[in-house]
Amino acid sequence: MVSTELKTKHGTVKLANPVITASGTCGFGRELIEWFDLNVLGGMSVKGTTLSPRDGNASPRIAECHSSLINSVGLQNPGIEAVVARELPWLRENYSGCIITNISGFSIDEYKQCVSKLNGTPTDIVEVNISCPNVHNGGMAFGTVPEAAAEVTRAVRECTDLPVFMKLSPNVTDITAIAKACVEAGADGLCLINTISAMRIDTLRRKPLLANVTGGLSGPAVFPVAVRMVYQVSHAVDVPIIGCGGVSSASDVIEMMMAGASAVEVGSATLTNPCACKEIVEALPEEMKRLRIENIKDIIGIC
Amino acid sequence: MNREKYTVRSNERLTAGNGFTPDLSVWKMVLSGDTSAITAPGQFVNIALPGRYLRRPISICDWDSTTITIVYREVGVGTLDMTKLAEGTQVEMLTGLGNGFKTVDCGTPLLVGGGVGLPPMLGLAKAYIAMGVKPIVVAGFNSASDVILTEDFASAGIELHISTMDGSAGTKGTVMEIIKDLEFDCFQACGPKPMLKALAELPKPGQVSVEERMGCGFGVCMGCSCKTTEGVKRVCKDGPVFDKEMMIW
Repeated sequence: MVSTELKTKHGTVKLANPVITASGTCGFGRELIEWFDLNVLGGMSVKGTTLSPRDGNASPRIAECHSSLINSVGLQNPGIEAVVARELPWLRENYSGCIITNISGFSIDEYKQCVSKLNGTPTDIVEVNISCPNVHNGGMAFGTVPEAAAEVTRAVRECTDLPVFMKLSPNVTDITAIAKACVEAGADGLCLINTISAMRIDTLRRKPLLANVTGGLSGPAVFPVAVRMVYQVSHAVDVPIIGCGGVSSASDVIEMMMAGASAVEVGSATLTNPCACKEIVEALPEEMKRLRIENIKDIIGIC
Repeated sequence: MNREKYTVRSNERLTAGNGFTPDLSVWKMVLSGDTSAITAPGQFVNIALPGRYLRRPISICDWDSTTITIVYREVGVGTLDMTKLAEGTQVEMLTGLGNGFKTVDCGTPLLVGGGVGLPPMLGLAKAYIAMGVKPIVVAGFNSASDVILTEDFASAGIELHISTMDGSAGTKGTVMEIIKDLEFDCFQACGPKPMLKALAELPKPGQVSVEERMGCGFGVCMGCSCKTTEGVKRVCKDGPVFDKEMMIW
């Protein structure tokens, strides 16, 4: 059995399998559908959306590192109106699994307006990004102070009956303090981790490689950091966790779930192989057999 | 688009390096495998290299039913790895990425390549010849030692008009020194931005192929976005070829 579930006060979301595309690595599904049938996916967390359309940061926005990359895209997105009008209906028509709509804001009011527009849309879970390292005056600022994280959570919680998952930043002293603050403020679940603040330098030009100077590190290099944080948070709070950060194989999925995740998001792996998520889903039964796991739900937080 | 395994058939140095590592030399690699996903000249492949996290996007120089030719410059760790791929090595690539050039029914097309922007012009020139149209092809380089692909164009029945910045081969100066005396009806170009901008200022319709640092190469990561007159576009998916009117220089 590869099916899993995210059991919350605002409903139980059942997933055919624990593999979810991470926000920012699957667009709204239109590109990945050219590579495989989206219905193999347990869930899809779509591109982070803000109230107004955003062009994102200047280029270059991508820097490669060992087993990882740094991005400074800066939340390029068509804005919530376009996402609600065009993208979510298209995705629902082409995908029957769990749709996670990821939103971001630059003020409490923006978060509220964004989430309010999701009521009545084909959204199964709202994922609230308080951890984007690539936008100024917002994004991660809300995710690095417990009181601010709680304030966003409370505000969003008041505007919807959909399950609300807060996406946490690893760029903090103690992620469990942020996690607890979010849960106490009404978060149904948590998703962690977002990218780790990072930087590369172009030694020939003697300048930062990214136009934005810094960006967010993701990929297999951050997997052990994510496992550690999921483990710590799962011991600190009692809500479902979506584990995210460098997951690249069926074995990684299982490790992340043993750390305490009820499901996982796969991000950077898709950027290196458009079929990564599909291949991970396909490899899961064999890996479970090898590890003598009959029901994947049995291993959540088992270690 | 597809993702398949390809076999390196040849991988040869075309120009001398500068003695450093990477040495900025230009190389030509021929790979065999499934080419059915390639639909237009100017598209690119995205090559997976063992030990490198991201793929390397390289424009397609030429292709037929069983082989793909790419020409690349050794500019960093990834392209340096590529120079070491021996004949018979298997590599995995995404092919048929990007929109590519459209052949245009405009009279006489002018194709312009600057440096390693020249390779995709070979596939485009061949596409025109297959339509019974003979394009004019202009290639700009820094120096005679940087000149590439003259024989490949000659075998396709095309004589390259060459300019070099130092005057050591062809006309001295930029490609514009040659182009100002040519009669043509539209242009298609790939090369450095100043070259593309100078061409776009000519009162002729044109398409330009642009370059940007990429993440995925198939449109999901928004890593290679560029601003255009029609909003933000992804170089890998909406491009790399854009009508000149769309460019914001």
